Amino acid sequence: MQSRTVTFHASPPRPAPVNQTNAIGWMRRNLFGGWKDTAITLVLLAILLSFVPDLIQWLFLNATYQGDDDVCRQNGGACWPFIIEKFQVLMIGVYPQDLSWRPAVSALALMGLAALTYSGRIRGVTLIAAWAILPIFALIMIGGAFGMQKVDQSVWGGLMLSIMLALVGVIVSIPLGVLLALGRHYGSPTVKVLCVTFIELLRGVPLITILFMASVMMPLFLPPELVINNLLRIQIGMILFSSAYMAEVVRGGLQAIPKGQTEASLSLGVTPARTIAFVVVPQALRHVLPPLIGRCIALFKDTSLVIIVGLLDFLGMVKGAALDTDWLGFQAEAYVFAAFVYWLICYSLSLYGRRLEQRGPSAHT
Amino acid sequence: MKNTYIGSRPGLLAKKLVSLLLQGMVLAAVLGVAYILFATTQENLEIRGIESGFAFLWREAGLPIGDSLIEYDPSRSYGYAFLVGVLNTLLVSALAIVFATILGVMVGVARVSNNWLLAKCAAIYVETLRNLPLLLTLFFVYSVVLASLPHPREAIVLAEGYFLSKRGVYLPRPVAEEGFGIFVAAVCIALLLAVIFWRWAGAYKRRTGTSVPGFWGGLAIFGTLATLAYLASNSPIGSELPVYKGFNFKGGLALKPEFAALLIGLILYTAAFIGENVRSGIQSVQAGQIEAANALGVSRGVVTRLVLLPQALRVTIPATTNDYASLVKNSSLAVAIGYPDMVSIGGTIIGQNGQAIEIIAMWMAVYLTINLIISLVMNVLNARVQVVER
Repeated sequence: MQSRTVTFHASPPRPAPVNQTNAIGWMRRNLFGGWKDTAITLVLLAILLSFVPDLIQWLFLNATYQGDDDVCRQNGGACWPFIIEKFQVLMIGVYPQDLSWRPAVSALALMGLAALTYSGRIRGVTLIAAWAILPIFALIMIGGAFGMQKVDQSVWGGLMLSIMLALVGVIVSIPLGVLLALGRHYGSPTVKVLCVTFIELLRGVPLITILFMASVMMPLFLPPELVINNLLRIQIGMILFSSAYMAEVVRGGLQAIPKGQTEASLSLGVTPARTIAFVVVPQALRHVLPPLIGRCIALFKDTSLVIIVGLLDFLGMVKGAALDTDWLGFQAEAYVFAAFVYWLICYSLSLYGRRLEQRGPSAHT
Repeated sequence: MKNTYIGSRPGLLAKKLVSLLLQGMVLAAVLGVAYILFATTQENLEIRGIESGFAFLWREAGLPIGDSLIEYDPSRSYGYAFLVGVLNTLLVSALAIVFATILGVMVGVARVSNNWLLAKCAAIYVETLRNLPLLLTLFFVYSVVLASLPHPREAIVLAEGYFLSKRGVYLPRPVAEEGFGIFVAAVCIALLLAVIFWRWAGAYKRRTGTSVPGFWGGLAIFGTLATLAYLASNSPIGSELPVYKGFNFKGGLALKPEFAALLIGLILYTAAFIGENVRSGIQSVQAGQIEAANALGVSRGVVTRLVLLPQALRVTIPATTNDYASLVKNSSLAVAIGYPDMVSIGGTIIGQNGQAIEIIAMWMAVYLTINLIISLVMNVLNARVQVVER
């Protein structure tokens, strides 16, 4: 018996039928796949056509870009000169105009650092250090120190205040959250009970009550000699609130670290404290970076609540501008602009979070 | 080499003692700080002439409340006014949870739809609402959308008795007429019969293998009996229509703009989050599972009900529990648009008598209770869908 070897050659794949690949084929698959699909598409198209053209007309085509309120009323569309005139107030509140370069420099530093972070140019310890130094730099620039003219905190406002509250809140609450999570995960029974109580109490109540507490009650708790200004009290309230949520996120990361890691480290003679600081925590943080960024977005959105306790952040300034008697009737423009700014910041943060998630826990920092 | 860890009981005992000592010190430090804070607070309250304790709850409030579920006037006590706020919080949260769940499920299903347009619309909705502060959405709904509605005089008439205007949404109020009690009793009996039939159908199927449409049959029984009862008791539910009188509507069921804005804002915001939970739930089910069921010739409805849903819910329910809890907490933003919820009324009371500590304690107690109830209910639900592992 002789065995013959036969070599099979696969014939090259035929190209997909034309009606599957062109635009019509795509529409047939994705928009008109059956009578149900077709019905949904048509209804949606009808709904979209009923307001999207009007919206575009209002936003851009009929909009006024130059002129005053009378011109705006004549044109009928959106009134962008209103936003342009209010721009400075929306950005920095009633901060002295001749010193407005100082917040601008801080904003540039923030944007620069954000760009460096996003591009991945700086990593690891440098990255963390840079983000820790940034708020200090911004505080010095905005508040004034080292011979620069002092600017009282009562005139800080606008988007600058929102970003400051969020930035300082995030940067202080992450380490606090890590400590709380460690206390909850590794602590002795007493410490564990204390941490759990703190975390669950703060997570159980709305931020507004915490802010009320910080603004109204904190002066009652402290001796009369110790006066903390309202802004700092509210910042402390936000930090405590945020740290409880950060702790829960970090705890998720701690649970994801396999036991072998600590066991290996301890068996090599590394002390428990060093094991936690250099083996467990860095890995845990890497695991939970995407949800941590989610918490940062949430905190930034939450800063808008400070108007309820009397700070004029970005949304507060927007609300004030909307009620300006010189520009009556342009509320929608003010809120649309605010929505655009909030959305831009939050969405870019969430895109960054998603990118980190795709890269996986081992690749970054 | 000295070894303090293995085989040395005294070493272990010492470690334990040190640990206990440390714990005692931590506890003492915390209690000490707490005592100092407490003492300073007492002193400060005395200086400011603010009394403490809950005696104020029985005093006359004298504060007007715009929206109340129960009979209220300013001569009632502070405690009663606070209760009005608690009920308002509960009402808006409960309604928002129901509607946000419905909308959220629709959005989540739409996001994984094969229809490109539908999926894109749902994605735009989710990405917009999730990335805006709720407070901004509330302000927008309250002072742009609702304020652009016409004056009550030219109210938009949706249907007979349904009006949409600047001053709020007005609906016919259902009124119980004669024979309502009998009707309610009859409906309860119908419901009971339907449930009995449903359970019997399930048991019958398990015993014989023959499937009886238990759910639809039960529904038919309930529908028929309820309709019969309604007709037999001579239509006991009337309706009181709102009428335009003076400068506003009188009568009927009124949804004030503050309430409507808060409700709409909460629904839109939370639905975006619930939609994401539903989407990730659906996407967590491996495509192979659905394909296998389809290949076995199982009908689409059954695939959804018995293959897709049980697995998707495992991912969706825990995340949604958190969203419900945040919805209840977010309802406190009512204070920003002037809806008298618990936080808004409590804030007014603090402004009047300065008893912040008591009010904040009451807020915390109520919110913690509500959230505890939500997580209890959701945990029961969750326990039913989770896989029992060995």
